[in-house]
Amino acid sequence: MENILQLLSNPIVSAVLMALAPLLFILPYALVTIYIEMKMAAHIQNRLAYMQTGWHGTLQPFADILKLLQKEDIIPTAASKFLFILAPYLVFVGTYSSFAVLPFSSAFIGSNIDLGIFFLIAVSSLVVVGLLMSGWASNNKWSLFGALRSAAQIVSYEIPSALAILGVVMVSGTMSTQEMTHFQDGGIGQWIIFGGNLPLWQKLSLIPFMIILFLIYLVSSMAEVNRTPFDIPEAESELVQGYNTEYSGMKFAIFYLAEYANLFLVSAVVVILFFGGWTSPFGTFLSGPVWGAFWFVTKGMLFVCLNIWLRWTLPRLRVDQLMYVSWKVLTPFALLCVLAIGLIVVM
Amino acid sequence: MLTDFGSILAFLLVGAIFTAGGLIASWLLRPQRPYAQKLSTYECGEEPIGSPRVRFNIRFYVVALIFLVFEVEVVFLFPWALVFKSFGLFAFLEMVVFLAILVVGYAYVWVKGDLEWDKPMPRYTTADDKTITTIFEEQEESVLH
Repeated sequence: MENILQLLSNPIVSAVLMALAPLLFILPYALVTIYIEMKMAAHIQNRLAYMQTGWHGTLQPFADILKLLQKEDIIPTAASKFLFILAPYLVFVGTYSSFAVLPFSSAFIGSNIDLGIFFLIAVSSLVVVGLLMSGWASNNKWSLFGALRSAAQIVSYEIPSALAILGVVMVSGTMSTQEMTHFQDGGIGQWIIFGGNLPLWQKLSLIPFMIILFLIYLVSSMAEVNRTPFDIPEAESELVQGYNTEYSGMKFAIFYLAEYANLFLVSAVVVILFFGGWTSPFGTFLSGPVWGAFWFVTKGMLFVCLNIWLRWTLPRLRVDQLMYVSWKVLTPFALLCVLAIGLIVVM
Repeated sequence: MLTDFGSILAFLLVGAIFTAGGLIASWLLRPQRPYAQKLSTYECGEEPIGSPRVRFNIRFYVVALIFLVFEVEVVFLFPWALVFKSFGLFAFLEMVVFLAILVVGYAYVWVKGDLEWDKPMPRYTTADDKTITTIFEEQEESVLH
C-alpha cells in the first residue's frame, strides 16, 4: 500500500496518470456520441436507426469498433507509406494534447499553464498538418482535393474563432483556462456571455457583443470540425470521403475518433469561454470538484448535441458561400466586437 | 519536479502511444491478404487516370497568404489583451492604430476581389440556343456535302 502511494507521489507517474484520464473520458464519450448521433439523425429523418443489436441498438457502437478492429488495413501501392502512416498519429495527437488545458473541474486539469487557450489555438493547428499529410500521402485525387479544401476551410475559420477568443481574453484578463473559469464563478449571471464578473454598467453594455462573439465562435468551431453545414471537405456526393478516402480499418477509426474528440473539444471551449466552464449555474449550490466535472461534461454534451442537431438539419454550403461567411461576415464582425469590447473594458 | 509543459509532453506521448496501441492491436487481429487490384488507388472502380498531384485552384494559396497575415496579427493582439486594462486608454488607441493599418490591407484585398471564390455560373438555355437536333442536322449536312 505504501509502495503504491509512493509511486503515485512520483511526479512523472502522476503526470502520466493525469494524461491518461482524458483518454478514459474520450473513449466512452465517443461510443455514447456515435449512438446519440445515429439516433438523433434517424429521428430527425423520421426513421429508427439500428434496433437489432441490444436494447434499441445500444450495442451497435461496440460492434462497430470490433468490426473496424478486424478490418484489413490497406495501404495503396501508390501512397507514400511513411507519411500515410504518420498522418493519423498527427491528427490524434494534435487533438488529444488540446485536452491538456481543459479544466474538467476545479481540481482536475491536465496542465494548468498560463498560456492555456493560446496553447489550444496553436496545437489544434497540428490537425491541419495531419489532414494535409493524409491527403497528399494517399496519392488519390479525392484525398488531395478533400485535404486542400479542409485546410483552406480550417485556416479561414481560425481567424474569426481566434478573434472571438481574443474578445474573451480581453474581458477576463487571463489566458489560463482555469483562471478564466474562476473569473466566471458564482452563478449564471457571472458567465462571460452575460458580461462576466465586472461592474454592472460594463456587464450590460458587454452582453450584446458577447452574444455576437459566441455566435461567431459557434459557427467557426463547427467549420473547424468539418461538420455538415461546412462539410465540403468530405462532401460524399463529390469527393467520396475527402482526405481519408484511402484509409481503412483502425487508421480510419483513429481519424473518426479524433473527429469526435475534436467535436467535444470545441464544445468544451465554448463552455469555458462563454458558459462558465465547470461552475454551477446556481452559485454555490451543487458546486464542488465532483459537481464541477458533472457541469462541465453536461454543458459540453449540450453543445455536442446542438452540433449534431444542426448537422442533420442544415444543407451543405457551397465553397464560395463558405469563404464569404468566413472572410466577409464573421471576420469584420469579430474585429468590430473586439474594438467595442476594448473600449468598454478600458473605460 | 515536472513543469506544466512536462505534463503536456505526457499528453503528447499518451496520444501517440494510444494510436500506436490501436494500430498494433488491429495488426494482430486483422487478416492480411493483399493483391494488386486491392492495393490500387481508389477512383470509383475505374483504372486511375494520370497522376493525382494535379494543379489546383490558385485561390488556395491566396487564402493561405491572407490567413498568415491575419494569424500573425491575432498573435500580436493576445499579449496586448492581457495587459491593456492597466495601461488604460493609451494602450487601447495604440492597438486601434495597429488594427487600422491591417484594415487598410484587408480593404485592399476585399476590393481586389481576392476574398471571392469562383461562383458556379449556371448558363441557362435561351430561345436562340441551338437544340441538339439542329446541331445533329448541321453535322449531318456537313458530312453529306
